[in-house]
Amino acid sequence: MTERVRVVVTLIAVALALACLPLVGLPAFYESFLYLVFHWIALATSWSILSGYAGYFSFGHGAFFGAGVYTTTTLAAAYDVPFLVTLPVAALVAALLSAGIGAVVFRVKRLRGELFGLLTLAITFVLATIVLNTRLDGGPGVYLSNVPLPRLVGSPTGTFYLLALALATGTLITAYLVTRARLGLGLYAIHDDEDVAEVEGVPTFAYKLIAFAISAGVAGIAGGIYAMYVSYVTVGDTFSVTVPLYVVLMSVLGGARHWLGPAVGAALITASLYTFTSGQQAILGRAIVAFVLVLVILLLPAGVVATVLGWRRRRADVSAASATGGAEARGGSSGDWRTRGREAASQSEFGAADPPRASAPPVALQCEDVWRAFGGIQALRGVSLRVEPGEIVGLVGPNGSGKTTLINVISGHYTLDRGRITLGGDDLAARPAHEIAGLGISRTYQIPRPFAQLTALDNVAVAATFGAARCALGEARDEAWHWLEFTGLARRASALPHELNLHERKFLELARALAGRPRVILLDEVLSGLTPAEIASAITLVREIRARGVAILFVEHLMRAVLELSDRVVVLNEGEVIAEGAPREAMRAPRVIDVYLGKTQAHVVA
Amino acid sequence: MPSATLLGQAVVSGLLAGGLYGLLALGLSLSWGLLRLVNLAHFALALLGAYLTYQLGTALHLSPWVAAIVLVPAFFGLGIALHLLFARFRVTEFTSLLVTFGIAVILESVIQWFWTADYRRYETPYASASFKLGPVFVPLLELFACLTAATLALATWAWLRFTYVGKALRAAAEDPAIAGAFGVDHRRHALLLSGLSAAYAGAAGTFIALIATLAPSQIWAWLGVVFAVVIIGGLGNPVGALLAGFLIGMSESITMAVVAPAWAPLVSFSILIGLLIFRPERV
Repeated sequence: MTERVRVVVTLIAVALALACLPLVGLPAFYESFLYLVFHWIALATSWSILSGYAGYFSFGHGAFFGAGVYTTTTLAAAYDVPFLVTLPVAALVAALLSAGIGAVVFRVKRLRGELFGLLTLAITFVLATIVLNTRLDGGPGVYLSNVPLPRLVGSPTGTFYLLALALATGTLITAYLVTRARLGLGLYAIHDDEDVAEVEGVPTFAYKLIAFAISAGVAGIAGGIYAMYVSYVTVGDTFSVTVPLYVVLMSVLGGARHWLGPAVGAALITASLYTFTSGQQAILGRAIVAFVLVLVILLLPAGVVATVLGWRRRRADVSAASATGGAEARGGSSGDWRTRGREAASQSEFGAADPPRASAPPVALQCEDVWRAFGGIQALRGVSLRVEPGEIVGLVGPNGSGKTTLINVISGHYTLDRGRITLGGDDLAARPAHEIAGLGISRTYQIPRPFAQLTALDNVAVAATFGAARCALGEARDEAWHWLEFTGLARRASALPHELNLHERKFLELARALAGRPRVILLDEVLSGLTPAEIASAITLVREIRARGVAILFVEHLMRAVLELSDRVVVLNEGEVIAEGAPREAMRAPRVIDVYLGKTQAHVVA
Repeated sequence: MPSATLLGQAVVSGLLAGGLYGLLALGLSLSWGLLRLVNLAHFALALLGAYLTYQLGTALHLSPWVAAIVLVPAFFGLGIALHLLFARFRVTEFTSLLVTFGIAVILESVIQWFWTADYRRYETPYASASFKLGPVFVPLLELFACLTAATLALATWAWLRFTYVGKALRAAAEDPAIAGAFGVDHRRHALLLSGLSAAYAGAAGTFIALIATLAPSQIWAWLGVVFAVVIIGGLGNPVGALLAGFLIGMSESITMAVVAPAWAPLVSFSILIGLLIFRPERV
């Protein structure tokens, strides 16, 4: 039985056992209490699907909850729609609302982090104002006491208990499956570095929209059930800051990156709030909860679940005296990706055999008359170049000559103003970066940009999953292992990027670029900052890559390496190609010497 | 369409209400923009200041102005203490939001414990004082609050712009490590700034006590609007915060006069949403 099946079956079994409680005569008080626990588990868990995994902290969960509350209220109270029928509609309304918001907001790059949070909070207030001033509410609030409640069991409280139990279970299963799917891996990558995720092939816009819609849909159902539970809804209570703030607190308390974290946080906070019920005691209780919250955030920033898992794993590591463990435990790793007992030490450093997967047929990369400006600065002026399969083209030029800009344009990070870039027959110009990665172009970053909270193995697995290789998740790990071995990083597979030294991080960039099974690979100064011995091994590695029929565009300042490796050299200056040809000849062209050494030196060298 | 007088009155009331928004936004904007701390507890501090002004006035018959002289320095100290806590635990921009939310709830509970959840009204002779500017009534108290806000905003702007500490703070906000390498003692300056920010909350509290009806839940009532003001004004920009306060105050009061009071939040938040979506680089 795979882990996935085991967890889902366990969750369903626990839910079924809990579902029997009302039948054996659980007192109504406990049913209400557990209803609230499940209510908050569903809300907090659904919130974390976008906000915890992808890091888009939303303070607008109250808006989607409220959309659900008023959908059910309006349909059931004004149009006599049966209560249970209103729930899927509530989910749909909330999901559509979030998709509409996301379709606008996710296009704006600057709206990440706390600005996204405040924007979603503002949307909550706008929605509240609209509901307050229209027939949806109109001000005095709406009664649902006349809406018939279907009796799933004897008592109404039992019915709410069962509904919330079903919702919480469904939400937890969804959250678990998301973290174990491509979607989850993509969201984790977005969390750490969205731009890199897109360039590695993650369809970031679509993934954020999907996560947002799932998250809002669950909140909508929770709102629908809640409307019926309280049976009198007002704008003030529905759209208050309670929902957004509680879900954030519960998730952060439990650990927002782990699928079970928000549920643990929700249970802890709901239970502690419920212990203090009346009058002065309630005030004291709230203060104590707030105080505990402050302590937890200051002392356990990764959340309860991740911290406990970390302790357990660390203890396991110590007892197993494993050399590579430990790192994985930190900061709530992406979970499932457990290091198998695979031989880390491969026969030779680059000797690993090719995995069976076949690459796409090799093709050439061609840039024709590529232009790109930033404001008044013309970074690229009509650059044309061609890289054949199995060819290494060195791209050189002084700082600011447009080398990195060209790489950013080819990989789709920047759009081009004019010109054409083609890979075989495919035009790349109009495509988003993740499609370009899917077609088989991958790159490295001059300053390594690994996903900070994913292990080295997972970093590479992201590329294997979303790049041209299009591996299924299970295969992606084998593929990632292969490339870690290829680059000599296998023994660091479970390390987090900050534990790697510069050389290892540069090689991780390479492994990640290769794992996508690219047809063209853009290397942006992979050698800078390395020691001579490291440079030698990197050069061997680049030759190995070329031997596989990959076209390589190689940006480098280190002339020795350029001359040694390149089949051809293209020299850029101020966004223009000033020379092109065999390495030694191109570098001797008068204009090139002129650019590198200044006018007076040009004739001396010549 | 309402009469010109009504509209004029709406503009004046909005401007004056906006002054108070600006005053509240000032401290928040400084700590967010220059210390990268989003301080939700700011609202709770302001309300605590208001309740203390009320208490000193009703129980000890202390004039609100004397109360302010006591409270503002005390809040300065409180701000320093809070920042020592944040610095000790290396609170980041995001965790600051959560930690200060916790602190705000603790303060709300404290307020409710001592003063109950009932509404409190601090009756003073200043409350009704006003003069007429043509057909338009100008309440003196609100005018004074507005002038205080303007003075503090301009003074803070000049301080940040022209003094060494101000420049050091702005440099450290850009890049603390580099500023530190150039000899900037960010820790001391940050303590000063958070003290100042809390002192502004105390000053705002005095005016809230005199102008508004007090209830512990008021902490959350200000939150949305003042955050809108902070963002529209630009983080760490005192004059921007003041002007944005005026803008939001006026847009609210004109909406109240022309359409209906209940629609007012739609206007201010629509301004915020529009700004975030269409001019995100402004923020």
